[in-house]
Amino acid sequence: MADQPTSGGGSQPSKPPPWNDPAVRSIVFQVLALVVLGWFFWTILNNTLANMERRGISTGFAFLDRAAGFGILMSLIPYDESNSYGRTFVVGLLNTVLVAFLGIILATVLGFVLGVARLSNNWVIAKLATVYVEVVRNIPLLLQIFFWYIAVLQALPGIRQSITVGDAFYLNNRGFFFPKPIFGDGFGLVWIALIVAVAAIVCLRKWARQRLDRTGQLFPVIYVSIGLIIGLPLLAFLAMGAPLSFEFAELQRFRLAGGASVIPELMALLWALTMYTAAFIAEIVRAGILAVSHGQTEASRALGLKNSQTLQLVVIPQAMRVIIPPLTSQYLNLTKNSSLATAIGYPDLVAVFMGTTLNQTGQAVEIVAMTMAVYLTISLLISLVMNIYNRRMALVER
Amino acid sequence: MTTAWQPSPNLPPPASTVGAVGWARSNLFSTWLSSVFTVVLTLVTVYFLWQILDWGIFSADLAGNDQSACDGDGACWVFVKDRFNFFIYGFYPDAEQWRVNVMFILLAALIFPQFFENAPYKKALGWIFLTAYPVVSGVLLLGGAFGLEFVDTDKWGGLMLTLVLSYVGIVAALPIGILLALGRRSEMPVIRTICVAFIELWRGVPLISVLFMASVMLPLFLPEGTNFNKLLRALIGITMFQSAYMAEVVRGGLQAIPRGQYEAAAALGLGYWRSMWLVILPQALKLVIPGIVNTFIALFKDTTLVLIIGLFEVLGGVQSAIIDPAWQNVAAEGFFFAAFVYWIFCFGMSRYSQALERKLDTGHNR
Repeated sequence: MADQPTSGGGSQPSKPPPWNDPAVRSIVFQVLALVVLGWFFWTILNNTLANMERRGISTGFAFLDRAAGFGILMSLIPYDESNSYGRTFVVGLLNTVLVAFLGIILATVLGFVLGVARLSNNWVIAKLATVYVEVVRNIPLLLQIFFWYIAVLQALPGIRQSITVGDAFYLNNRGFFFPKPIFGDGFGLVWIALIVAVAAIVCLRKWARQRLDRTGQLFPVIYVSIGLIIGLPLLAFLAMGAPLSFEFAELQRFRLAGGASVIPELMALLWALTMYTAAFIAEIVRAGILAVSHGQTEASRALGLKNSQTLQLVVIPQAMRVIIPPLTSQYLNLTKNSSLATAIGYPDLVAVFMGTTLNQTGQAVEIVAMTMAVYLTISLLISLVMNIYNRRMALVER
Repeated sequence: MTTAWQPSPNLPPPASTVGAVGWARSNLFSTWLSSVFTVVLTLVTVYFLWQILDWGIFSADLAGNDQSACDGDGACWVFVKDRFNFFIYGFYPDAEQWRVNVMFILLAALIFPQFFENAPYKKALGWIFLTAYPVVSGVLLLGGAFGLEFVDTDKWGGLMLTLVLSYVGIVAALPIGILLALGRRSEMPVIRTICVAFIELWRGVPLISVLFMASVMLPLFLPEGTNFNKLLRALIGITMFQSAYMAEVVRGGLQAIPRGQYEAAAALGLGYWRSMWLVILPQALKLVIPGIVNTFIALFKDTTLVLIIGLFEVLGGVQSAIIDPAWQNVAAEGFFFAAFVYWIFCFGMSRYSQALERKLDTGHNR
């Protein structure tokens, strides 16, 4: 090994030659990395520009204003073929957000139920939940989506032979049809009542918490909250004279007219995403509950807390700390997995914008960049929200 | 006369608390609600199990070799039997399929010893698996050398393609992932920023958009005239995507190594690369083997997505076979078969990873 000649009494270490000086080396490496990276992007940019010029594609985002000229199966905002490519982007984005939002809620509910079921004292419940988790999470999601879409929903009877409940709900291979609510005059008050109820619950929780800290007395927040969230809008609804009617779907010769419907693509995608993600969430919940040491439960029993109080005040708050970080990544996975919609033709962002729009315009770079930017933004937003929640739940130590 | 007091023998525990009855009382009928669940769920399960068994086995058709053989209410396994070759080998020429079989056998022979604690040459076989095996299989599958007929990659498909995609994805992603993980923990701000940006970018977007990008944008990025095939493009996309996930797994291992190890390596006079290679990485990588297996399972399932860019692995093969007009109403059979194949692989690997976790768990955590 190269001995460094040491000079003097050792008070000042000798300066190594520049090629051995960590500081110099570090700067050289970083400059090199930047140069290589710059060269890499420069080459790609040049090649891309040359290639696009050769294919006669103009760069830039001007294409967003041109008329799209293709129809989209499902849209949350008014859309027709004369609308612009820019609008197809919004339509696709909203469809993605819809499926991700519903999927996250449903998967969380199902996942928590399954996770608790796996720890049930009842042998049958525990085993069934285990079998569910082990089967569902070891089969690719795309396969499950195909299974529900092709083998189940497409195999449903046609419109004339619809499975129907009381001529109000119809299930057939065109989707699920249900009565469409029509809000009459004064229904706005019901919405206002709902908002007031939510605000009241938030305040109530805060007050109950303070009361608990001050006096040690528990307040039945949950029951009062349920009463508020159902009762207030109901009161408003009755006070305004029940301003709500339904438009029923009507069975005609070849189609169901009127009413509201959910297309089978959305059902299959949502159902598969929910089931698949719920299996992972169940494992996370189970691990989280098991991570709360048994001593905690025993201590709370020794303090005289009831079973429900033990769960609510001792086990769940501690389990949530373990559950939240992996739960966040499951939410992110669900959002990203919703892009599998393109395989069965649900018009999400990838299917509409990165599929049809890209094929028609050829603006690969702009479209891929926009799509990826959307997913990155959604990912960052979900992480942000969950991080804030996590910080609130995190253990506060001295 | 005094007699010593004799305690009478212990009574046996009440019959209702031991044995099958006791078990059932505490696990099936502890409360009335629990009893209701037990009865209802058992009945529902038995009913569905019976339906599935009846469909899949008792009423199923297995004899024959075309649609006419399937007339019953049960599953039409004739379809799976007829297309089995396609589901495993894709369009690989019949005469050359022994080459794929050799690859399968070699794979099994290299993997199998890894499941046992004291298998001979375990380490050597592991290294062969990571280094020589891909070269040998590549030559074997592609051909064009040693007198083997050249088989173009667009003929590859089925289970063989699934294995190729996931194997290459993981083996190519491992070294890149290690470098990225080291870069993310580097003290040089520029290197760290580049690595963080790379990792978060790929982790933030869905694999499907990565595959789209690989198939649409990659040709734009390259100078005019360079053109390479669909499989290679998919592999590049998968490797980039996977290396970001791998980097996060490896970073977890690096963070678990106590600071003293880094300092000890430095005190021994080892430079950065040698202290990493000789001291830190051997410990860190061993810790993250279960994590690597878990990413591998995820990748194995994700390989199904390549059907969207037109490569036919198992699911893609099934998908294209069920829309073939020669067979009607065989979707459920096809998907059951594909699900079974994926389930066997993924469940096996997850068991392996769980066993490893238990073995590596040295009891430091609570």
